[in-house]
Amino acid sequence: MSLAVRVIPCLDVADGRVVKGVNFQNLADAGDPVELAARYAEQGADELTFLDVTATVESRGTTYDVVTRTAEQVFVPLTVGGGVRSAEDVARLLGSGADKIGVNSAAIRRPDLVGEIADRFGAQVVVLSLDVTRAGSAPSGFVVTTHGGRTVTRIDALEWAREAIERGAGELLVNSIDADGTKNGFDLELIEAMRAVSTVPVIASGGAGEPAHFAPAIRAGADAVLAASVFHSGQLSIGDVKSAMKDEGIGVR
Amino acid sequence: MSIRRPQVVVFDYGSGNVHSAVKALERAGADVELTSDRKAALEADGLVVPGVGAFAAVMESLEAARGGELVDKRLAGGRPVLGICVGMQVLFERGVERGVEAEGLGEWPGTVEELQAPVLPHMGWNTVEPDAGSILFDGIEDERFYFVHSYAASDWSLQVEPPFPQPRLTWATHGGRFLAAVENGPLSATQFHPEKSGEAGIRLLSNWLTSLGSD
Repeated sequence: MSLAVRVIPCLDVADGRVVKGVNFQNLADAGDPVELAARYAEQGADELTFLDVTATVESRGTTYDVVTRTAEQVFVPLTVGGGVRSAEDVARLLGSGADKIGVNSAAIRRPDLVGEIADRFGAQVVVLSLDVTRAGSAPSGFVVTTHGGRTVTRIDALEWAREAIERGAGELLVNSIDADGTKNGFDLELIEAMRAVSTVPVIASGGAGEPAHFAPAIRAGADAVLAASVFHSGQLSIGDVKSAMKDEGIGVR
Repeated sequence: MSIRRPQVVVFDYGSGNVHSAVKALERAGADVELTSDRKAALEADGLVVPGVGAFAAVMESLEAARGGELVDKRLAGGRPVLGICVGMQVLFERGVERGVEAEGLGEWPGTVEELQAPVLPHMGWNTVEPDAGSILFDGIEDERFYFVHSYAASDWSLQVEPPFPQPRLTWATHGGRFLAAVENGPLSATQFHPEKSGEAGIRLLSNWLTSLGSD
């Protein structure tokens, strides 16, 4: 036996509320991230991810509160990302009950951030989140973007992944901007390319639309799969995804 | 069974996220106090030593809080202690991380070393091979538990002679085989995080709580 593939739902949270539509039955409050997190954990989510899309620094206080209340009730690992700029931000999130921290744009602007977090809290805390798009100009054919895909950089995505691992990233969250929202399946070439350079776990994200999409992502080299809207819309359940992978001979919890 | 809930102290010596450990132990049925107070830590029915981060850094914080002496005193009185993750690793004699060797508490012989696996950290839900007599894994032998670590003890060399009970060893595999849990008289430890292992983890903590005071 070996490690199970992890299935991870991601919730966008702003001002203490879930921002994208969630279509679950029997929820007292469909906008409450704590209740949703608990529901996903019951369904078999192997980890949970909160992406803090809060616009202002002032309203971040509500995020810490949401993290704490979730960690008190939900006994699976919790990753929190979005707007993390310093080791102090990380200290506060971990102190609130987060287990891992996603860093993205701030690490691109200032790569030292990755090492600062890893040195203080351990590499296992640092999830390097990459929003990747295809670009013929880059050596690998893939570049990273910032601001949720709106700003395309000239940084080669595979070079950046390699450098970040060197600096102390303990995991890669690889989101294909091209596949995101298409529901046509994951960008398998991107996953294969990342697997080839990564010595740390790779989480595949972007493009999932049906249960059959997940097994190919694992065969391409992903250790975990992350999705948001297909779960929130009720289109797929965690259980659907796991049984489809199990049928393909992939180990799930 | 007494009606009183077991009193557990989670030793607070500045080790990362201990929030979940406290809440999971409460869920498992304990009255939990997160404290560095020595009297409370000595007198509790059970003491939990968490640990996140680098071996050497955890040892430094633990020794600054005189954690080694505390563990020794409890064990001398047969009072249960549970180490979690790096809180398990520091129970061995030494740890080697990135070529840096650090002394552990030395309750058990052996060295904690990097796992030999293509992908590290070992992160996620893995199966375990519990000892047939395990109390911790009673009823949850086939469950998966949440691991996140790159280092572990892969050898067990402590020989225990009767009348003392044999240590119960539970193994897991990532690359090679390593110790996922040890139950050695009053001293128990898990390399994985029971407080992050869902219902199976709560059950393991509950099994530990049930064993408190029964030794």
